[in-house]
Amino acid sequence: MSSLLEVKNVTKMFGGLTANSDVSFTVNEKEILSVIGPNGAGKSTLFKMITSFMPTTSGEVLFKGERISNLSPHVVARKGVVRTFQETTIFKSMTTHESIVLSQHLRAKATLAGYFFNSKAARADIIKFGNTADEIIDFLELGDIRDELASNLPQGHLRALGIAIGLATDPTILLLDEPFAGMNHDETMRTVELVRKVKDSGVTVLLVEHDMPAVMAISDRIVVLNFGVKIAEGTPDEIQNNEKVIEAYLGSEDITIGI
Amino acid sequence: MGKLKLNHILGVAVFLFAVFVAVPLLINATGRWDFYYTLTSVALLSIASAGVWLTFYIGRINIGQGAYALAGGYVSAILVTKAGMSFWLTLPFAGFFCALMAIIIGLPILRLKGVYFAMVTLVLTQVATLSALAFPITNGAKGIVSIPLPGEISIIGFVLVPDFSTLENVKLSFYYTACVLMVICFAGMYRLVNSRLGHLCRSLQQNEELASSIGVNIAYLRVVVYGISSFLGGIGGAMFVAISQSVYPSSFQVQDSINFMLNCFLGGLGYVFGPMLGTLTLYFGWDLLFELGKYQMLIYSSVLITLMLILPNGLLSIRFSRQKRGQK
Repeated sequence: MSSLLEVKNVTKMFGGLTANSDVSFTVNEKEILSVIGPNGAGKSTLFKMITSFMPTTSGEVLFKGERISNLSPHVVARKGVVRTFQETTIFKSMTTHESIVLSQHLRAKATLAGYFFNSKAARADIIKFGNTADEIIDFLELGDIRDELASNLPQGHLRALGIAIGLATDPTILLLDEPFAGMNHDETMRTVELVRKVKDSGVTVLLVEHDMPAVMAISDRIVVLNFGVKIAEGTPDEIQNNEKVIEAYLGSEDITIGI
Repeated sequence: MGKLKLNHILGVAVFLFAVFVAVPLLINATGRWDFYYTLTSVALLSIASAGVWLTFYIGRINIGQGAYALAGGYVSAILVTKAGMSFWLTLPFAGFFCALMAIIIGLPILRLKGVYFAMVTLVLTQVATLSALAFPITNGAKGIVSIPLPGEISIIGFVLVPDFSTLENVKLSFYYTACVLMVICFAGMYRLVNSRLGHLCRSLQQNEELASSIGVNIAYLRVVVYGISSFLGGIGGAMFVAISQSVYPSSFQVQDSINFMLNCFLGGLGYVFGPMLGTLTLYFGWDLLFELGKYQMLIYSSVLITLMLILPNGLLSIRFSRQKRGQK
């Protein structure tokens, strides 16, 4: 396994507040790496910096040796690094099928003017997008909600829709933002299966998560953040027995109360 | 793509017949020649409103279309009077000038969202009016007057459009010209909205963050759409100036910009043809209430408020909601 994504000494400051301090780790090809940590550990900030939704204060993120930090989100997406969002970030008035058709933007061969004048390339694109969308719907078993507007979907389906939108961009590495948050046990297990399936199809997965059992079940490796600093990295077994991690999680309550 | 349905073709045919045949016949029969001017204005203002509608379509409230209409009017007027260009050549010129202006202005301001973008665009019209007052080329408050009527268009001796100054019924010619422009404009809009381009615009309207995460260059797309929007504003303005044969800094004011936006609201933001119906209703409504004298504004505003309360999705939503109910 070779390294695909490299986070190098990334630091983020908001005024005097340090959200991430000198964080470094690598993501290997075709693995599931989870970033975990208590609330306010800087996971989401890190996520935004990797996908250039936010600039870094110092340090850089490399993808296949190329810098992808401090660019624009669409440029990073074009390179193959795509993130999903939590369930509220969707195209509300589009159906599942429409959302997935739209999200294949990066595979488009025709130009904007080509779409307007219905050029040959545009017609080919549209047929291809429709077929690929149906394939993705089959793959993620979303047939029931194919023509349902996103605003009518329940939470669990929205999460799957988010993953479908991510997959539609044909990513090399997919970043999932808390895919299990707010789910019951059954829903979580179903989503875990989904993420495994995505990985098996050849996509590398980096996820940020709170849900410990799910993370332990799914991850090849785990990175633990606490107060913006990486405190541990290793396999699920190693992390479960790591003293620093146990302290961070069990001790965190005392800190929040202020004792 | 889907084939054009029969009722769509029928609808378009009825519409074209009404605009190009029925209305002139009706006006001839009743002798209300002033309606030509009113309807020509409606056609042109609906083109400018279509531009505003397009910016709504990417999720931006645009109250600055008056600035582009004014700029388009001046560009055409100056080119005709100072450079002696044919009006028909200045028309696309005015459109492209406005599109260029929109790209330069849009690059920084399109980053703003919601009410902030609306506020900046509201200022644009005022800036355009003040610029027209200040620049020497626009002739200040006196404006540019006695602009010659559009000349002829001919290809190798074959006259496509006759010289307007030789025509007996100029009003009718302007009416036809405006309607042709309007039909082209709305055909283009319909195509845009129903192509993948429209799909992309909707993605911006619904969630810019998600759109950029799937690789859409949102800054580029926003500027392109704003450019098209302003192009339509410029065309509408230039044609308007040709009809009134004069342009003043007060030709398009903040009030006009607001009206362009209201046209879209009233017609329905969800329907391409909304701005057309909105403009017709608003413009005619205002004229019809003229008899009421000092109560005109009061009743007009009350009717508008009531309409927006009853039909928050615009006038066209009446038809569509009935269709949906019929399906169930």
